[in-house]
Amino acid sequence: MSLFFSQLFNGLQTGSVYALVALGYSMVYGIILLLNFAHGDIIMVGAYTAFYAMTAFHLHPIFSVLLAIVASTVLGVLIEKVAYTPLRQAPRLSLLITAIGISFLLENGAQLLFGADTKSMDPMISGSITFAGGINISYAALMTIVVSIVVMLLLTILVQKTKLGKAMRAVSEDMGAAQLMGISLNKTISFTFAVGSALAGIGSILYLCAYPQASPTMGSMLGLKAFVAAVLGGIGSIPGAMIGGFAIGLLEALVSAVGLSVWKDGAVFAILILVLLVRPTGILGRKTMEKV
Amino acid sequence: MKKNNANWIRIPMPLRYLINLAMIAAVWFVLTALMKAGVITNYWSGILIMVGINIILAVSLNVATGYLGQLPLGHAGFMAVGAYTAGIFMKATPAAALLKAGDTAALTPYIIIAIVLSAIVAGVFGLIIGIPALRLRGDYLAIITLGFGEIIRVVLTNIDSILGFDFTYGAAGLKRIPKFSSFTLVFICVVITCTVIHMFMKSRHGRAVLSIRENEIASESSGIQTTYYKTLAFVISAMFAGVAGCLYAGYLGSLYPSTFKFMKSIEILVMVVLGGMGSMLGSVVSATVLTFLPELLRSVDDYRMVAYSLALVIMMIFRPKGLMGSYDFSLSRWLEKAINWIVGLFRKKEPVAEKKVIAKSGKGGGKA
Repeated sequence: MSLFFSQLFNGLQTGSVYALVALGYSMVYGIILLLNFAHGDIIMVGAYTAFYAMTAFHLHPIFSVLLAIVASTVLGVLIEKVAYTPLRQAPRLSLLITAIGISFLLENGAQLLFGADTKSMDPMISGSITFAGGINISYAALMTIVVSIVVMLLLTILVQKTKLGKAMRAVSEDMGAAQLMGISLNKTISFTFAVGSALAGIGSILYLCAYPQASPTMGSMLGLKAFVAAVLGGIGSIPGAMIGGFAIGLLEALVSAVGLSVWKDGAVFAILILVLLVRPTGILGRKTMEKV
Repeated sequence: MKKNNANWIRIPMPLRYLINLAMIAAVWFVLTALMKAGVITNYWSGILIMVGINIILAVSLNVATGYLGQLPLGHAGFMAVGAYTAGIFMKATPAAALLKAGDTAALTPYIIIAIVLSAIVAGVFGLIIGIPALRLRGDYLAIITLGFGEIIRVVLTNIDSILGFDFTYGAAGLKRIPKFSSFTLVFICVVITCTVIHMFMKSRHGRAVLSIRENEIASESSGIQTTYYKTLAFVISAMFAGVAGCLYAGYLGSLYPSTFKFMKSIEILVMVVLGGMGSMLGSVVSATVLTFLPELLRSVDDYRMVAYSLALVIMMIFRPKGLMGSYDFSLSRWLEKAINWIVGLFRKKEPVAEKKVIAKSGKGGGKA
C-alpha cells in the first residue's frame, strides 16, 4: 500500500512537470496552429540558467529560479519574433520545419557552449515527510504538485478573466475577425509565447527538483512526452493539457511499478498512436470541420 | 514557345534512355578507374559509399515529403528495419565465409536476397504504419510517424528480453555482419532507386500523387483514390529507406539502435529540404554535399549540427523552396538545346517573317 502511494506521488510529480510543459505546447498550438518543437529545448535553457546561477554565481535559489523563468520567457519571445513571425503567411510545413530547426539549433548550441556531458548539482529541496501508515513522500514532490496546481489556477484566471486572456481566446477562435475587432495580433501572439515559455521555465525548475541535473538533450524527450500529453488531453485545450500531463506521468509510474521501466518511452508513444487513431482531437479537444 | 517551333530538333525517346545509360556507365567507369589507380583512397571510397546511402535515403524521403507533401519524421525507423533485416539475414547465411573466400559469384544471390528482403520488410512496416498514419494530416502525421520511429527504436533495444534469445542484441549492438557493400553495389542501388522513383513519378500514378500534394480535395473529387495513392507513395518511400538501411548494415558491419534516433530522421529531412522538396536533383546534390562537407570540415566538427540547423531555419525564412526548388535536371533537354543552338548557327537567316508567325501561333496555342 505504501509502495502504491509513493509510486502515485512519483507519477503526480513527473505528471505535473509534463502538464506545465504541455500547457505551453497547447497554448501555442491553439493560437497559431504550430507544433513548437523548440518548446522542450526552452526547458533545457531554463535548467542550465538555474544550474549556472546556483553553482557558478552562487545566487540565492529564489533569484536563480526567477532568472531561469525570465531567461525562458525572453528566449521564447525571441524565437517567435525571429523565426516564426516572418513565416506567418507561409505554408504550415515550412513553419514546422523551422520549429524543428530551432529545436536542433538550441540543442547543438547548448552542446557547444556547455559540453555534451550531464551536469549534476545538489538537490534544491531535500528531505521527506512520513505520513501515518509509512507513506513516505519527499518535500520536492509535494512542492512540485502544489506549485503546478497553483500555476494552473493562475493561468486559468489569466485566460478566462483578464483582457489579454480574452484577446488570446479571440485570436485562437478566428484570427481575421479578432484583428478586425482591433486586437493586435503581434502583441497577443507574443504574449502567448511569453506565458507558454514562462510555464516551461517553471517546469524546468520543477524538473531540477526531481532530477537535479542538466544536459543539452534533456528537453527533447521531456518535450516529446509533454507533447504527447497535450495531444492526449486535446491540443489547444488548457484543462486538457493538465489532465493529459497527469495521465502520462501516472502511466509512466505505473509501467515502472510493474517492472517494465525500459518500455516506458514505448508505452507513452503507443498511447499517442492510440489516441490519434481513436480520437485525434483528444479527451477535451473540439472537433473542427475542414473547410473546402 | 521554342518547342512548338517546327524546326526544333527533338531527341527520340529510346535514344534519350541510351544517352542517360551511357552517362551513368561513364561515371561508374571513371570512379572505378580512379579507385583502381589509387587516386581515390580507401578512406574516400568509403565516404562515396556513405554518399550513395544518403542519396537513397534523401531521394526516398523526397517521395513522401516533396511529392506527396506530407512530413514523416520516422524515416530512420524504416532504415533501421531494413538494416536489422539485412544484418540478421546475412549473419544467418554462410555469406561471411563466402566473403572471406572472395567468392563473389556465390555471394551475389545472398546480397540480392538481403536487399529485396530489407525492402519488403521495410515496405510492410511502411504499410502497417502508413494505413493508420495517413488518415491524419500535416502536424498529426508528423507526430504519429515520429512516435512509430521511436517505438521501432525502443523495440529494437528491448526485444531480446521478451523473446528470450539474442535477436537484435539490444543496446550492445548487432555485430560482425559481413561487410558486403561494395562501391559498385551501392552505385547500382542508387541508379535503380533514382530510376524507379523517376519513372514512378512520370507515370500516371506519380501524377496522381502530385495531384494529392497540390490539392487533396480536388484530386479526390476528380476520381483519384487518395488513400490508396498516399499509402502507395509512403510504402515506396519506406521500401527504399529499407534498401539504404541494408547497404548501411553491409558497409558498417555493426548496428546499434541509438544510430536510428529521431536525429537521424532529421538529418535526412535536412538533406531533402535544403535540396528542394520535390526535386530529385536537389536531393542528390544536397545528400552528396552534406556527406562530403563534414569530412572536409573535420576540424570544426562540433559546429556541424549547429550549421545544419541554422541553414534549415534560414532556408525556410528566405528560400522555402530549397536550393533547386522543384527544378529537375534533364540531360536530354540540355543536349537538345545544344544541338538546336549549333543547328541554328548553320541554318542562318531564314525568312524572318515566317518564323515570327510560327512563334506567335505557338504562343497563342499555348495560352488557349
